[in-house]
Amino acid sequence: MKRIAGCWPLYLFLLPGFVWYMMFCYRPMFGLRMAFYDYNIFRGFSGSRFVGLENFRIYMSSPDFVRTLRNTLLIALWQMAFCFPIPIVLAIMITEMKSRTISKMVQTVTFLPHFISTVVVCGMVVNFLSPSTGIINFFLRKIGHEPIYFMVYPQYFRPTYTMMTLWQTAGFNAVVYIAALMGIDPHLYEAAIVDGAGRWCRIVHVTIPGILPTVVTMFIMNIGKMVKVGYESILLLYEPSTYPTADVISTYSFRLGIQNGDYGVATAAGLFEGVIALILVVAANKLSKQLADNAIW
Amino acid sequence: MAFERKRNAGINIRSREEKLFDICLNLVGIVIFLVVAYPIFYVLIASISRPLYVESGDVMFLAIKPSLASYREAFRTPYLLTSLGNSLFYTIVGVMVNMLFTTLTAYALSKPRLVGRKFLTLFTVFTMWFSAGIIPLYMTFRDLHLINTRIAIVLGFAMNTYNMIIMKSFFEQVPTTLEEAAFIDGASDWNIFARIYLPLSRSALATVSLFYAVNRWNSYFWAMNLLTDDSKIPMQVLLKKLLVDRTKNEMESAILTAESLSSQTTVIYALIIIAIIPMAICYPFVQKCFRSGLTIGASKE
Repeated sequence: MKRIAGCWPLYLFLLPGFVWYMMFCYRPMFGLRMAFYDYNIFRGFSGSRFVGLENFRIYMSSPDFVRTLRNTLLIALWQMAFCFPIPIVLAIMITEMKSRTISKMVQTVTFLPHFISTVVVCGMVVNFLSPSTGIINFFLRKIGHEPIYFMVYPQYFRPTYTMMTLWQTAGFNAVVYIAALMGIDPHLYEAAIVDGAGRWCRIVHVTIPGILPTVVTMFIMNIGKMVKVGYESILLLYEPSTYPTADVISTYSFRLGIQNGDYGVATAAGLFEGVIALILVVAANKLSKQLADNAIW
Repeated sequence: MAFERKRNAGINIRSREEKLFDICLNLVGIVIFLVVAYPIFYVLIASISRPLYVESGDVMFLAIKPSLASYREAFRTPYLLTSLGNSLFYTIVGVMVNMLFTTLTAYALSKPRLVGRKFLTLFTVFTMWFSAGIIPLYMTFRDLHLINTRIAIVLGFAMNTYNMIIMKSFFEQVPTTLEEAAFIDGASDWNIFARIYLPLSRSALATVSLFYAVNRWNSYFWAMNLLTDDSKIPMQVLLKKLLVDRTKNEMESAILTAESLSSQTTVIYALIIIAIIPMAICYPFVQKCFRSGLTIGASKE
């Protein structure tokens, strides 16, 4: 009791933040009840019918379920395959470069796109890929290729989206690895040189083992965030004709709820995604605790 | 490194091999630089070229007949200046609110003497693991009558747990002896916070404010959903209408005449440059702060 009395001013410090968390994080969680109601926005919970798991049944038996789940996982996999390893390679290259000017230039220019807003980046992508006035199609024309309607055909969506994300995030994600590379004991390199190891050999036997713990941690963190694919940019890039490859759970939930007013099913889809995300985060944290004795939180 | 060089000079074959390695690496570096920089460079040259040449595909590596006509037209866009002002408002007022909430919470949670600290930290961190999602948050704003209000944008996003945790780990690095000495002199928690912690973590405050500012300036999603008046929207929402929606519609209908299409293209590129400029000006400062902030975040977690 005395200890609580001793630190009561600290609770005053916490008050605004606590109220905010209650209002904008936990109150919405309470609102997830909508997933179990045939929710009517004008009549609220009291005027809406409780339907149990009906909304989940509707979502999971619709063809949209398989499509959105598959797209979410496939987009996440594409990201894992390209946007995860390339920053590591980039970081190694930046630290290996002898020319400080070039190394600085590469670092500065790859870091920059992170600070350009999603809207502007997507605007650039949409305009660059335009079949009539886009620079990409001008290049295609130069090499004698017909213009391609990139934004219209579903097969181009995932490569486009992955390239865009790579451009946006590679330099930013490399920073963590650069920091890890700086932390490698220089004696290890000197010893390797004495043993006659060349540059390539040193990268393979000193650099890569040196940053492996960071790589593992980042990999696990990425697994935890896997289902949270960037709906804010997908929303800007996709259109009805590319839904078959572009529509993920969050964009589906958004469209169904805010645009079509089908709140019950939309919330059910959102809750389904949230639960998967939670399971993945907890599993990732457990895994990292076991692997590296290095819990993320 | 000097050691390495001396060693290399002694062994001739290896040194040639290493030189080749370095040249290749530098070449790859230059290629990466060019490829990554090209999109921004192209937008820049296209925005100052004559629309005709951009539309025909003649502008690729150099601007043709440069003029600022597209910029003049871009600034005539309805609501552009209003939205720019709104963005400034949301960023400045928003970051002030962010920092107030974040520092207060982070200070309290950084104190081991806070009873229930573990639980309270979990209370905040849990929201990073599980969030209710888009629809329930939208409904919350609706129930609180915050749709189409500026307060929704400023207060609804008053805190980011990740940034709060970063702030908290900065505060944990402040030596406790300072606090103990101040306590003995009879200073209150508020005094310790305002007179010791805040001045001592000036660089951390700058870093975290920048995190927030970049986020505020660049976000569009909730502003798009919550604000219905064109007079209240920030620039990103306006840009979304101009850059993304319009271009997409155009591609589907393709009924516009070639002339209006071409002038639009360069105006769009001019708008992109206008949107990037504020960020580009702050970039050197941002880069420095972000790098230190990121590495602290990485080592502390």
